[in-house]
Amino acid sequence: MKQLVILSGKGGTGKTSLAAAFAHLAREGPCPVPLVLADADVDAPNLDLVLEPRRLEEHDFVGGSTAQIVAEMCEGCGVCADVCRFEAIREEDGKFKIDPLACEGCGACFHECPAQAIRMQPQVAGRWYRSESRYGPLIHAALLPAHENSGKLVTLVKQQARLLALDGGYAGLLVDGPPGIGCPVISAAAGADLALIVTEPTVAGIHDMERILETTEHFRVPAQVCINKADLFPAGTEQILDACRRKGIGVVGCIPFDETVTEAMVRGEPVTAFDPDAPSSRAMIEIWQRLAAGLFERSAESMGECINRRERP
Amino acid sequence: MRIAVASGKGGTGKTTVATSLALSLAADGRGGEFALSPPLLLDCDVEAPNAHLFLRPRFERVWEVGIPVPQVDEAGCTACGRCAEVCAYNAMAVLGSKVLVFPELCHGCGSCARACPEGAITEVVRPIGVLRQGTAMGGIDFGHGELSVGEPMAGPVIRQLKQQIIPRPGQVVILDAPPGTSCPVVEAVRGADFLLLVTEPTPFGLHDLRLAVQVGRSLGMPMGVIINRDGIGDESLAHYCESEGIPVMMRIPFERAIARGFAQGRTLLETHPAYAPQFQEVVLQIGRRIEEAR
Amino acid sequence: MRIVVTTTTPDLDSPVDPRFGRGAYFVVVDTSTMEWQAHPNPAAAASGGAGIRAAQFIAEQKVEGVISGDFGPNAHQALTAAGVGMYLFGASSSARQVVERFKAGELESLGGPAREGRKPRG
Repeated sequence: MKQLVILSGKGGTGKTSLAAAFAHLAREGPCPVPLVLADADVDAPNLDLVLEPRRLEEHDFVGGSTAQIVAEMCEGCGVCADVCRFEAIREEDGKFKIDPLACEGCGACFHECPAQAIRMQPQVAGRWYRSESRYGPLIHAALLPAHENSGKLVTLVKQQARLLALDGGYAGLLVDGPPGIGCPVISAAAGADLALIVTEPTVAGIHDMERILETTEHFRVPAQVCINKADLFPAGTEQILDACRRKGIGVVGCIPFDETVTEAMVRGEPVTAFDPDAPSSRAMIEIWQRLAAGLFERSAESMGECINRRERP
Repeated sequence: MRIAVASGKGGTGKTTVATSLALSLAADGRGGEFALSPPLLLDCDVEAPNAHLFLRPRFERVWEVGIPVPQVDEAGCTACGRCAEVCAYNAMAVLGSKVLVFPELCHGCGSCARACPEGAITEVVRPIGVLRQGTAMGGIDFGHGELSVGEPMAGPVIRQLKQQIIPRPGQVVILDAPPGTSCPVVEAVRGADFLLLVTEPTPFGLHDLRLAVQVGRSLGMPMGVIINRDGIGDESLAHYCESEGIPVMMRIPFERAIARGFAQGRTLLETHPAYAPQFQEVVLQIGRRIEEAR
Repeated sequence: MRIVVTTTTPDLDSPVDPRFGRGAYFVVVDTSTMEWQAHPNPAAAASGGAGIRAAQFIAEQKVEGVISGDFGPNAHQALTAAGVGMYLFGASSSARQVVERFKAGELESLGGPAREGRKPRG
């Protein structure tokens, strides 16, 4: 069972569009690879918008605790505000109040309050779901807006997806990752057999690609790069190809800028399902072929044979 | 006046809008209700900061920021286990006579040091990122944070960026927030007077805008929307804003020329200087809405 | 000797739980008498550092080894500091069968000093 995680560094490079296309191709392409799908972008989960999932299970996610001051017991001494390092406690009318969005649940105030007027309350920070999508089982989640612990919710999503994949005998786990390089990304990348970095040939995209590549290297996760909107700025694409050559990172393919991707998204479908002959679809099909051959224990020849068999009249 | 620029979805154009707002204020010494003079731009997307690529600041000061983590003096430690008991993150473990610290789990709250009956714990700052401060084009004051690769927590870098780079009296502050809707975004936008949400008219853009709006509502901030890449999707986004009573303050149509300019590191105003008055107008509108909200 | 197995239900005949930090139960077994006692894992609901909390609990049980599906780097570091050996149960089966395989010396050991640069689990 192999794990493929799609990351980017910069947001908006096309991770989810690509993940949806792969999910479609893995299920309905000429060489099916049974996959469990996971949406690890728990802040802004979008994969379900193009996979038509049917929800089978939902669960609360308790992230951590939040401190709450029992107003009647508060003596207004302010020790809590003195020890809080997260600017979460403010004075109001002689008593003290905690801002739940700023509170990190450390318990410092709870331990120091001389009146023992503070309680630590576990917080439901989000929900996670097991669904059946058009192309296979999907584990996804949604963090409640403004809550924290997204890294922990990502870990939970991945654990559930991984268990499902192992128990169900799936060939692989496909994870749509979050942007950035911090905790949620680290959790998403952990244990992956391959991180596919989707980048764009822009100054910002290249800058952030370097950061995410440093991150995958730091955590010893093998990485390859895919250049989306590659024809938007050919000089940028050359720059990426050069940088990857120098670092010894494989570039698995280039996808041209194509408005069909957005059209497909508006229709709620992966672009490869919506229009398999669109330039972006053709590029994604080739990329999937190469990736799947390398990762899911099928030889390039057998993948090629599958494709040829399909294309023969 | 502090304006936070956020989005929910990544890649919608936060940095494009934040830098354009900053440049439009710097460009023109026009009088009016607010002294339109060079603002302070703080790039709070410390995991993947990009604003400096467009505004090209000359950095005058660079310094490390970090989290205070416990250091146990083994001579004084009695392995009583109190530190591990109070740690909400299991960042300390007492195993037999040994005390282990797991610094990457530590949030720097100080509870362990305060709880130790022997006073055997001191806190030492563990660097997790850097802050840089300087002056950019148009005389814009610039600050950003950069989280070190491999570090999980963006929050402390963002918090310290906002605490340690201070605007001049009366200076407009523009905060370029990270993508998403969770803790780092809240850290970036907290305390701002207005939340300007940048989105694109696609299903992903709309979905994530709804989440960002919930963040704004939780924080009780007045909000407005800028629709970037207008024309690539449909009108659902505009309908949503109307039904929610959230003003669409500007629409930037999709143009390949803008995309190409962005690709090359050119700000929107370098590609299309004619947009400057529209951004200035957005700032004036924001000022008015802040007054109304009071 | 006393060892621990992570299980899904509080029973020696329970299927083993592959997770150490968030496994449901710890069954402590005396390998000579096969007497056993099950404890719910206090770290199962921890929002973070579950492996560390679990390791602390294990250390308090005064056992010589723990058998599970895998151990994350933090748990590994903590258990090593506590002097508790770590073993992998390999193929899934009941805790009782796993203990028998342990006694027959068939289980892979992860013991030894902390391994630097181990990949975080996911």
